[in-house]
Amino acid sequence: MMASSYNAKEEDGHHSGASSHGGAGAVKSKKPDNTAFKQQRLPAWQPILTAGTVLPAFFVIGLIFIPIGIGLFVSSNNIKEFEIDYTGVGESSPCHSCAKNFSWNSTTPCLCSVDFTLEQPFESNVFMYYGLSNFYQNHRRYVKSRDDSQLNGDRSALTSPSKECEPYRTSEGLPIAPCGAIANSLFNDTLELYHIDANGTSNSIPLVKKGIAWWTDKHVKFRNPGGNGNLTVAFQGTNKPVNWRRPVYELDPSDSENNGFINEDFIVWMRTAALPTFRKLYRIIQKKPSSTPTLPSGKYVLNITYNYPVLSFDGRKRMILSTISWMGGKNPFLGIAYITVGSICFFLGVVLLIIHHKYDTRNNSADIPN
Amino acid sequence: MARESEDPAMTKASKVKRQRKKKPKENKTRTVHANILYDNAKGEENPNRHYANNEIKTTKYTLLSFLPKNLFEQFHRFANVYFVFIALLNFVPVVNAFQPELALAPVVFILSVTAIKDLWEDYRRHRSDQEINHMDCLVYSRAERRYVEKYWKELRVGDFIRLRCNEILPADVLLLSSSDPDRLCHIETATLDGETNLKQRQVVRSFYDLDCDFNPLKYNSIIECEKPNNDLNRFRGYIIHRSGRRDALYKENLLLRGCTIRNTEEAVGIVIYAGHETKAMLNNNGPRYKRSKLERQMNVDVFWCVIILLVMCLFAAVGHGLWMFQYGDKRPVFDVLSPEGTDLSPIMSAIYLFLTMIIVFQVLIPISLFVSIEIVKICQVYFIHQDMELYDEETDSHLQCRALNITEDLGQMQYIFSDKTGTLTENKMVFRRCTVAGVEYSHDANARRLAMYQEMDSEEEECTSHGGTLPRRDSVTSHQSPHGQCSSPPTSVLIPLCCVLSTDNPSSVLQEKDITPDPQLLDKPTSQLPSDLADIIDFFIALTICNTVVVSSPNQPRQKVQLTSAASVHSSSSLITNRSSNKGCSSLLSSPSAESTLTKLDEEQTPRGLEHAFSPVPPCYDGKGWNLEEGELRYEAESPDEAALVYAARAYKCSLVGRLPDQVTVELPHLGKLSFELLHTLGFDSTRKRMSVVVRHPLTDQITVYTKGADSVIMDLIRPPDTGSSKGKRQKKIVNRTQNYLNLYAADGLRTLCIAKKILSKEQYACWLQRHLEAETAIQGREELLFESALRLETNLHLLGATGIEDRLQDGVPETIASLRKAGLQIWVLTGDKQETAVNIAYACKLLHYIQAKFLCSSTEQATKSFHGSFAPFEIYSSSSPSSHSSSHTAAPFTVHRLGLVIDGRTLAYALDKSLEDKFLAVARSCRSVLCCRSTPLQKSMVVKLVRNKLKVMTLAIGDGANDVSMIQVADVGVGISGQEGMQAVMASDFALPRFRYLQKLLLVHGHWCYSRLANMILYFFYKNAMFVALIFWYQFYCGFSGSAMIDQWYLIFFNLMFSAFPQLITGTLDKDVSAETLQQLPQLYVNGQNSEEYKPYMFWMNMIDAFYQSLVCFFIPYFAYADSDVDLFTWGTPITTLALFTILVHLGIETKTWTWMNWLSIAFSIALFFTVALCYNASCPTCYTPSNPYWTMQRLLQDPLFYLLCVITPLVALLPSWINSLQKPAGTSSASAGSRWGHPSPAPRHHRGPFYKQSNRAGGARWGPQTLRGACQISTLYFLQK
Repeated sequence: MMASSYNAKEEDGHHSGASSHGGAGAVKSKKPDNTAFKQQRLPAWQPILTAGTVLPAFFVIGLIFIPIGIGLFVSSNNIKEFEIDYTGVGESSPCHSCAKNFSWNSTTPCLCSVDFTLEQPFESNVFMYYGLSNFYQNHRRYVKSRDDSQLNGDRSALTSPSKECEPYRTSEGLPIAPCGAIANSLFNDTLELYHIDANGTSNSIPLVKKGIAWWTDKHVKFRNPGGNGNLTVAFQGTNKPVNWRRPVYELDPSDSENNGFINEDFIVWMRTAALPTFRKLYRIIQKKPSSTPTLPSGKYVLNITYNYPVLSFDGRKRMILSTISWMGGKNPFLGIAYITVGSICFFLGVVLLIIHHKYDTRNNSADIPN
Repeated sequence: MARESEDPAMTKASKVKRQRKKKPKENKTRTVHANILYDNAKGEENPNRHYANNEIKTTKYTLLSFLPKNLFEQFHRFANVYFVFIALLNFVPVVNAFQPELALAPVVFILSVTAIKDLWEDYRRHRSDQEINHMDCLVYSRAERRYVEKYWKELRVGDFIRLRCNEILPADVLLLSSSDPDRLCHIETATLDGETNLKQRQVVRSFYDLDCDFNPLKYNSIIECEKPNNDLNRFRGYIIHRSGRRDALYKENLLLRGCTIRNTEEAVGIVIYAGHETKAMLNNNGPRYKRSKLERQMNVDVFWCVIILLVMCLFAAVGHGLWMFQYGDKRPVFDVLSPEGTDLSPIMSAIYLFLTMIIVFQVLIPISLFVSIEIVKICQVYFIHQDMELYDEETDSHLQCRALNITEDLGQMQYIFSDKTGTLTENKMVFRRCTVAGVEYSHDANARRLAMYQEMDSEEEECTSHGGTLPRRDSVTSHQSPHGQCSSPPTSVLIPLCCVLSTDNPSSVLQEKDITPDPQLLDKPTSQLPSDLADIIDFFIALTICNTVVVSSPNQPRQKVQLTSAASVHSSSSLITNRSSNKGCSSLLSSPSAESTLTKLDEEQTPRGLEHAFSPVPPCYDGKGWNLEEGELRYEAESPDEAALVYAARAYKCSLVGRLPDQVTVELPHLGKLSFELLHTLGFDSTRKRMSVVVRHPLTDQITVYTKGADSVIMDLIRPPDTGSSKGKRQKKIVNRTQNYLNLYAADGLRTLCIAKKILSKEQYACWLQRHLEAETAIQGREELLFESALRLETNLHLLGATGIEDRLQDGVPETIASLRKAGLQIWVLTGDKQETAVNIAYACKLLHYIQAKFLCSSTEQATKSFHGSFAPFEIYSSSSPSSHSSSHTAAPFTVHRLGLVIDGRTLAYALDKSLEDKFLAVARSCRSVLCCRSTPLQKSMVVKLVRNKLKVMTLAIGDGANDVSMIQVADVGVGISGQEGMQAVMASDFALPRFRYLQKLLLVHGHWCYSRLANMILYFFYKNAMFVALIFWYQFYCGFSGSAMIDQWYLIFFNLMFSAFPQLITGTLDKDVSAETLQQLPQLYVNGQNSEEYKPYMFWMNMIDAFYQSLVCFFIPYFAYADSDVDLFTWGTPITTLALFTILVHLGIETKTWTWMNWLSIAFSIALFFTVALCYNASCPTCYTPSNPYWTMQRLLQDPLFYLLCVITPLVALLPSWINSLQKPAGTSSASAGSRWGHPSPAPRHHRGPFYKQSNRAGGARWGPQTLRGACQISTLYFLQK
């Protein structure tokens, strides 16, 4: 080995092949490349956390977050919201009898009406929601229990719905349209709002039912089979969901364009809620062109066609009136959160600054004995 | 194409198998006929048809078998089975959670990534196979009556092939003819064993006398040999000629596949083993698989993850049962019946839910963890491989990682077991001193020159050009050469020769060649007893011929050179005489003593000596001018000791000029060339510790045995002098004096060898020869018989002298050892050398200090009991030290560490006894350094095993020779030095280094990095998955524990695999917590890894808690922000996914110590990938992907200001604690920046073994007194410390 390497060097490769390096010149050196990457010397930024970088960071976060939080909080507070529970749990509540006697099997609707007073007028558009509590629309088996192809107007899915719909797939030998547990449990209370003006007459408030669903849902995801022609023909050979009173093509007797799978109340219901307490958009009360508020303060009556039993699972039903802002409905949480986090950061910054200051003096005195 | 060609081969192989079953007889031996005899006959007639052809196929798979075979291999990993099980669970409708096909995706992805990796590796093997199979070689064709070029793969057993110089052998070939004058063929076996010295192979004896070229057509013999096996050093068989004569075949006749023909113009041979049956292929083993400590630790935590998973599932199942139960018989509308329409009892649905939850929470067991670790390790190996500082210019070699999966173990070593020779030392032997016949020749000039070399070496480091140092060396040599002695009256026969020598002594770079003769020895006055002189001559002859050194001249291939030397006239033996023919003439000769003969000779020759000596060119031979180029004769030895001795002898003008299998030619002063007939060579083995040659002395025709070996053995074999005669007394005195000198040499750290000889009478020789021949021809147990035969011969020796050879320390060894020590590593040296030598080397490399108390444990005949006694005092130390717990041994007090323990092999045997090993360990642990000398390879491995198993520490064994192999294999990490002694150690090792000093960077820098990177990555992995899964767990409280997930199944499944995978790989590969310079300046930082400080069991739980906290934040901020709104399931879940991704990425950012552009890029890429995938996925299909139904969700979210507000606040709140926690890190604990940022990287010197954080705390405490600070203040103060 040594002898041969000696030769390779001494004779500078003019002998060929006697040594192990046979032709030293020809053999490429195995020396690694001296590149920053291969030598792990890539220019790197080391985040060095010193007082100089950390303190400003804390203050900046504090200074940015607190104003945002205040902004959010104020805009949330500007939103007017009114909520009324009409489940009828209490003896005194107007819907008590309905709630008590009503079940899915009842054929005649139960009517009740709730009076309420708005203390403040609602400006601009008012959104009318119905809210359910303790209703687990996010239950795993419930969420799955639908057939999107059927809802998209697929003819073959209409006649033979997906297995996911079981056990709400067929009834009396016919496929159910729309199939599945979500559709089956469609919220079917009807709410009507009346304003009692000063002289005691009640005026019906026009409730707009268009535009409450996502545009993409209404126009892309949900489609009637065979277009919007004669729905009765299109849905022939299917059965209505067991809990429904009317077939799907008669969901909205007042507007033929709002029937079948593209009924907006139905679409809204089919978008399953994330949490057991949720609200769903029911109607929109359009802002009036005149300067009068959409809902002036005063007395109102809510007429309810009570169809939807919730007491069996200890559920609650609510009606909510709300205006909205750029950040959605009324929710002070985010504003408070921003303010809190901003304050904590600011506070930490101050604490660190104090320690920094203290430590600086100690540093000087401690260094002297060294 | 290739596949097609493989298929017939396969069917053939199966046919062969069938036929073999029919003929079990065939299994004993292999019979090889020449193929050309059967050229006309069809395949069935050819007797060689059953043997493998030369086509090699190292691939594991074929196109057909790839899928089943690869899957089968992958399912050996338990985790894969688990993931497949979970994916399959999804196909059961009652419990399924995701779209079943989608749930299969990650498993399929992981399996296919591994499969593609395997396929790629296999394809590369296939490519290289193809390349090798299509190399050309010359095969004799009967039809064309000449050698034609064929591909390697077309070669068959029984083919004749012609090999030219520098060609690589395509198969194992029996050498039948060579163009070499002596019917030799030189091969280089570097590819097989890494040894670059040329080896001689010899034409089969019966084809010796062919003068003309070998004609394959005339060949009609049959070869019988053993079945293919993987022993490179064994080949047995015989060749049967048509005449019925049998000739034995030896390994010397076999040329092995993969070797290169050197120095030989042309050779012809017949293929014996081909393809996969060649010895080289049979020796090919795949890489080793070891499991690192970190991985073992990780597996524990994986197990914990399983438990957490089960607890979470159980919790959810019970919750679901209760939730169901509260509704009683009144089923709410949202509680869907089972598909069959039947009611599920709460208990049943709880059980189903349990299984569903396992599917939903499966992410907790990180499916990509194993793959990611593998990828990171491959990258780490790549970087270690590329490190310039681990590259050795001199040998053009760099570090090799042979085991790919234990890189992080390098950062956790606690004990290093090192070999001495070749590992700590250069293993470049320099002849230093010798003693002949009881007289010491100290070769002071040599010593002086060596000292100057060392100085020059240091200068050399500054000037890189090699040529620049040469002239200086020349001058040194000439200055040192004893010109003065030449002018003295030529009273000695040797002096004139010395003058010739000293002037034409070639200057050389290599020190071992450069020996300045000792003037005293050259100046030997004739007045001394003639027997002394005879001893001197014999001594040098022994040095010259008692070895296996091959002479090679740079002019190659060797030409026919007619040796007509005067010496060969004396020698009556001819080259081709059969050994058995010696028997006849042995009785003719009397047996005069060597002394008298030589004296006679001297008397005859002394007058002529002068003439001879002064004539510059010995007149008695011609040829290619060997004389003129004598200086360029190169000696290629198997061991550097041998080369050193031969060069030493040449310095005294007793030079080896040629070695043939049967003859050694030595050029002697005034005698010219002498050809010794080499009767036998009894090779060196580690049991006998000696080698012998039996030669016939050309002058006296005596049978002489020269033996060279370890002093301990040789001294026992010396013929006891008969004390009666004066000669006997003198002999005894010589032996005693030699022994003294030997001790002296050993004390100087020299390697000692004894030289002895023995003269055999013809009768003795004949008697021995007979039994030796029996042994040689025996097929069964040949090795044992030869061993016994050697023992019979090597008795009653006559001591000639002894040599001392110096083995220099490698560069940087003391520094490396010092710095490894500082790093808290215990270094034990295990060597086979003598105690004195070992101790001296230990002093030289600062392993032992003179001030250190030293315990020498060497017992000769002491029984176990006395051994007990000798260990007794140390028990005090071990019990008083607080280190009775195994892992905390580094904390033992310093007083104890000032001890050094030296123990020799025999004592070690006692110490390793079951009853004593605990005591031995207790003593050894309280010593700062341990030195085991005279230990056998087995003992070395036993020591390593003992320490490893008993102390439960991480061990590293480093060595370079075959004797270190067992130790290397036993240790957690085996490091081989690719040095002078072949490649066996390297082959057995996990890492191979060119030099010892590279160990420092390998361990301190790469080891630390690999460990800390991997440890952090694994912890991060656990954190990441727990954090993500916990989000779903919190959700169960709001969905009736129904197993619902607000995170879309796609995100859930691909989150780990795609969205968050790249940044952690980049950080795991590139992050540097401390710079390389700091790590080398502060070896103490290594303690970090030894104590597993980056990954302690509690850290897993800390990470889990952190993960749970962060997931709480990521869950509940969106929860409250969207509480009682009209948000739907996935419009709410998608922001949570996004927040979790941001949080996880920023958390990684906090963990990342150094940011390169790749980190930035990978994080940007991850985020971009997530949004791209989300947008595409949400826009692609309005009806697919049930049940998640995510159409247009992300698009709507991006228009929602609330989403952005959440994205800002949530990660900040989630990460505030860990950020604050990270502030205190750089200053508080060991890391980083500590050293570099404080700007004074010189640590307290006394604080060698203390964990580094103590030290930094001390330093901190001295200055700021952090004790006074409490709680959060302490955190922030500590962080300010480093400002």
